Amino acid sequence: MTEFLQQLLNGISLGAIYALIALGYTMVYGVLRFINFAHSDVFMVGAFAGYYLGRHVPAGTIAGGLAVMLGAMVICAILGMTIERLAYRPLRGAPTLNVLITAIGVSLFLEYTGQLIFGATPRTFPQIFPVTTVQIGGLSVSSNQLLVIGVALVLMIGLQLIVFRTRIGTAMRAVSLNPNAARLVGVNNDVVISFTFGLGSALAAAGGILYAMNYPSIDPLMGVMPGLKAFVAAILGGIGNIPGAALGGLLLGTVETFVAGSAFSTYKDAIAFAILIVILLFRPAGLLGRFVAEKV
Amino acid sequence: MRRLLSLTLSLLALGLSTHAAEPIKIGEYASLTGKEATFGQSSHKGTVLAIEEANAAGGALGRPLQLIVEDNQSKPGESGTIATKLITREKVVALLGEVASSRSIEAAIVAQRYRIPLISPSSTNPKVTEIGNYIFRVCFIDPFQGTALAKFAHGHLKAKRVAIITSVSSAYSVGLAKYFREQFLADGGTVVLEQKYAEGDKDFKAQLTAIKATAPDAIFVPGYYTEAALICKQARDLGLTIPLFGGDGWEAPELLSIGGTAVEGTYYSTHYSPESPSPAVKSFIKRFQARWSGETPDAMAALGYDSALVLVDAIRRAGTTEPAKLRDALAATRNLEGVSGRTTIDAQRNASKAAVIVEVRNGSFRFVQAVEP
Repeated sequence: MTEFLQQLLNGISLGAIYALIALGYTMVYGVLRFINFAHSDVFMVGAFAGYYLGRHVPAGTIAGGLAVMLGAMVICAILGMTIERLAYRPLRGAPTLNVLITAIGVSLFLEYTGQLIFGATPRTFPQIFPVTTVQIGGLSVSSNQLLVIGVALVLMIGLQLIVFRTRIGTAMRAVSLNPNAARLVGVNNDVVISFTFGLGSALAAAGGILYAMNYPSIDPLMGVMPGLKAFVAAILGGIGNIPGAALGGLLLGTVETFVAGSAFSTYKDAIAFAILIVILLFRPAGLLGRFVAEKV
Repeated sequence: MRRLLSLTLSLLALGLSTHAAEPIKIGEYASLTGKEATFGQSSHKGTVLAIEEANAAGGALGRPLQLIVEDNQSKPGESGTIATKLITREKVVALLGEVASSRSIEAAIVAQRYRIPLISPSSTNPKVTEIGNYIFRVCFIDPFQGTALAKFAHGHLKAKRVAIITSVSSAYSVGLAKYFREQFLADGGTVVLEQKYAEGDKDFKAQLTAIKATAPDAIFVPGYYTEAALICKQARDLGLTIPLFGGDGWEAPELLSIGGTAVEGTYYSTHYSPESPSPAVKSFIKRFQARWSGETPDAMAALGYDSALVLVDAIRRAGTTEPAKLRDALAATRNLEGVSGRTTIDAQRNASKAAVIVEVRNGSFRFVQAVEP
């Protein structure tokens, strides 16, 4: 029983990070109907931003840690908006495939520019938050795990409030529903799209820092695998659906952890992806997605 | 006509003179960047030092030695391409490298196909030299290392029940786990659980939680330092206070920088210790520090040095760089005094040498004991 609870905790803290990244995929898809493959590399830049900012704050303090996280989120928000302005906006109105290939290009550009600037050698991520481990019964709970779950929860609730309780959130939903109609009623689509990219990238940065704190070895290709998993999580939950992305992330992290802890640890990714295929067979729009018939 | 003739003659003379001073090209493929960059860099620095010292002593066969280095970024699939390039384009007479067995195997297949001798400084998986009669190594092999570690776990750690966590994508890790298990079982121990991961994984909590539930006396982690450090860290996070130990893949400063206090009280086996009292080691440390701004050479540096030493010695004895003769000279290497001990190449083209067990204590690597073959 203790082992089960421990694995559940491990799974949820891993899934929370997937969920944070998945939110970025899903928001951009919701507004622009394309997958921003460069998102996983913004996640990597977030971790590196934390690495460099972490040197300028006192190590192991909550205030310092939060400052680093906010700093990295701002840097990545600016990066995300810049990518959108330079790479995607000129392609507005072009076929989705063109934008998709551009996104892959931007992803490779960030990865290999990262190798050039940061080097391919993994670096050790500093301990920016205080770390302790508490024992509850036979359960070991590290403060990092709680932090991951806590921060993810706060950010997801914050996101939900922005999308459903603010003017810009209403505008985002309007653009998502029908961009032309939104423009007709006076929404500035460019500003809304830019904001969406900024918000998604800030969440990726937070995810990057939380990931790096739990697994303190970072390198320019670190975003590839978590990015892929988060993408799958977004599809699993129903792409374009915010609570769906969170649910998909948690589900994928938990399944992966349980498989890794079993006798089939070698097949953990295979089994996690096989579950995805099975779910999509029965619910093609994802767990919380609504299937919309395409009008021809 | 006379002008043409003199031009031809001078060109011919030029050609002859450059031919006389033409360097002997030696190829090195190494993980200079990427995940195992620390290994690649150390080994490379040792090799460079040996080649420079050989050149200072007049090179070999009256020709200087030229080291041509290529980086494989610690990635699978690169080493074979690099080996082909070094052999066909650069026309190297021999190849030196690598640390990781998986990548040495990739290059060795190419070297064997072109019949060009390859010496691995520190790949310990037996399969590397089994690829063919042109493939050599200057370090011990994993059956010995696994046996030494099993005896250490049994004798020194007094462990009866051991859990293993293996990297399935590394030939080195899988091999070492197998040889350890064989000896440990033969000595009456039990392997309570074997968990697996893949190279590049960062989350091991699931595997470690399953291991914790079986209450072992110690955990054996045959893998490389990046993952080993993360495994130690996550094991401590989960409240596992038992000793963890591994093989020579652990030896890197990153083990300490990533692992922090979590790697205190862990052990690993390796090829050499800079704390060794041998005069050859003392002198090597001095020369290495003079060349590489005060850095203390680790085992990979010592083996990188020895791999070049063995090659240069064989070129001198062969009296030619012709691959077949060079191969025979390499195979005939006997009692060559190096930094990591005496190198004698056996019938399987391996070197048999003593292993050293090291403990991580107070943020540094301390010598515990030597295990003779």
